[in-house]
Amino acid sequence: MTTVGTPSTRSGRPDVLSGLVAFTRALSAAGLPVSMDRVTAYLEAVRSVDLAQPDALYWAGRLTLCGDPDDIALYDGVFRQWFLHQQPERPGGVRPRQPTIASLTPQPAGDGGDEGSPGDLHRVGASEAERLRHRDLGELTAEERAHLRELIALLRPRPPLRRAIRQRPARRGGLDTRRTVRAMLAAGGEPTVLLHRSRSVKPRRVVLLVDVSGSMEPYADALIRFAHALCCRIPGGVEVFTIGTRLTRITRQLRLRDPEHALAAAAKAVPDFAGGTRLGETLQAFLDRWGQRGTARSAIVVVFSDGWERGDPGLLGEQVARLKRLAFAVFWVNPHAGKDGYVPVQSGIAAALPHVDKLLAGHSLATLERLMQVMRDARRFG
Amino acid sequence: MTDAAHPADVADLTSPQAVAERLATTGYLADDGVATAAFLAIRMRRPLLCEGEPGAGKTSLAVALAQALGLPLVRLQCHEGIDAAQALYEWDFPRQLLHLRALEAASDGALDAEEAERSLYTPRFLLARPLLRALQERCVLLVDEIDRADDEFEAFLLQLLDESAVSIPELGEVRAEQPPIVVLTSNRTRELHDALKRRCLYHWLGHPSVEREVAILRSRLPGISERLAEQVATAVRRLRDLELLKPPGVAESLDWARALLCLDGETLDAETADRTLGAVLKFREDIERARAAGLAELLAE
Repeated sequence: MTTVGTPSTRSGRPDVLSGLVAFTRALSAAGLPVSMDRVTAYLEAVRSVDLAQPDALYWAGRLTLCGDPDDIALYDGVFRQWFLHQQPERPGGVRPRQPTIASLTPQPAGDGGDEGSPGDLHRVGASEAERLRHRDLGELTAEERAHLRELIALLRPRPPLRRAIRQRPARRGGLDTRRTVRAMLAAGGEPTVLLHRSRSVKPRRVVLLVDVSGSMEPYADALIRFAHALCCRIPGGVEVFTIGTRLTRITRQLRLRDPEHALAAAAKAVPDFAGGTRLGETLQAFLDRWGQRGTARSAIVVVFSDGWERGDPGLLGEQVARLKRLAFAVFWVNPHAGKDGYVPVQSGIAAALPHVDKLLAGHSLATLERLMQVMRDARRFG
Repeated sequence: MTDAAHPADVADLTSPQAVAERLATTGYLADDGVATAAFLAIRMRRPLLCEGEPGAGKTSLAVALAQALGLPLVRLQCHEGIDAAQALYEWDFPRQLLHLRALEAASDGALDAEEAERSLYTPRFLLARPLLRALQERCVLLVDEIDRADDEFEAFLLQLLDESAVSIPELGEVRAEQPPIVVLTSNRTRELHDALKRRCLYHWLGHPSVEREVAILRSRLPGISERLAEQVATAVRRLRDLELLKPPGVAESLDWARALLCLDGETLDAETADRTLGAVLKFREDIERARAAGLAELLAE
């Protein structure tokens, strides 16, 4: 039943080959990037399996063309359209749990309602920059906003550090037998110097959860730019997610060096810009899919949100408590917290506050700089 | 493509079904996806990257594969800070030193330096770590929890995965005559590099269906009655739907069934379930949630 590479399954025939390659094109168009070597592997896999077996074609593609659980749903969809034109149940194709949060609002144009064109920039003195540092991000004119973008791009955050397991040569610390013996070997077996090693430090992972709901809209652009500055400065050590009505990971988009490209890519990826707020559910989705697996473990987690929760505040409290147990430190940055007369009474923030290490203001550049300092100095809180 | 191109231990595995049958003899029940993944990994000589829920059987796939093919299993457990010395090879410095001293004593001062140096860098002073061992004999290589290692380590793995060869400066290149069958597992605590993923077949392991889980329980625990296996599998399936912090995997349902067997349980009732819940749920919140949902409901036929 299963001769490998019988003439009927050989992809050498041009019609079959082009059909398969066209399928990979369709995948690319659907947003699943397919590189050339993946296509080669796919063709080889198709040649290796017995296509008379049900699902052999499905598995040959899924094993070679997907690289992430998120890819599988995409692949399934395109596969159904392309080969089946119907909706079969995939045996064993249990997909990772997706956040079950719908209610997408139509996507408005990208970045937080800004009309300033880069052309009308003009020189601004240091005092103006200083004044701008303390201005509320939500109340800037288009011109000030453009200037502020430059200031954010100039931020040079230093990453928070933690002790690593790995030992490095050092002036003091435990004896480094290996290097000492090697030095002895060079000296014909005479012990000449004692060399030491000690544990080094590594950047501690930082996770930023940015609320992009309607009430946060004036701040979203600046906050994502701030996240971008961190991403560029601490490559590989920062994870950024947007929360609102659904969870979106934008770390990949923010890796683009150029702030404008990165912001455009992020805006395209986030479907719920300026939508509603269901912090509890999205936070739960984050913890289930990323946080508990390791992303939040012993990381510094910063939630940027004003704490307006339309869902169940009880759930939010529960999830923040869970986050607190996983993370090294949890900071809540609220743009309104720095304003006069602010009292944390909104249902969401009231539920979350008991489990948060610090509530910080986040309405101006100065407060964001302060946040970086607090992150850098973070110690294990009680 | 002829079977002669393949080593004797895999020559008769001509289809995913054959692989599944061979795996079943070790007690590992593979579904279509796993069987096809394992088949293609063997046939295309590509590493297989398994991701999935904890306890879904990623590591045990490699163990079963080694057993089914009659090959030794070489396991590399990754951890933070793992480096070439721990993963690939290391020179045995203390022994080299002793050897040098012994040479010196024996030669009475007339030691040929060149000769002595050459004798130091020979395979007898080489400590082979898992990756090098995997190149020296045909085997199944399991690189477990690759996401725990640092990024640099992934880059280091690339040459090995690509060419089944490594170069040791003092000795030259070590190339595998018969490349190992490589299985990598990841728990997704961080995203792996595309460069690594591109070289691998990718398989996502989810939770099995109830029927398959019953079959797994019965094959792993020969003493279990069919009724108990069905009850455990159904209850675990319902637990997974409860939105728990850590939904139980196959490993947990095996633990639970084992615990029930120790208690001489023929059937599972609400009271026994309550006493043994700690075998399947490992968080206080999860246990509370399961109790709140009602254990009797969970066991309802």
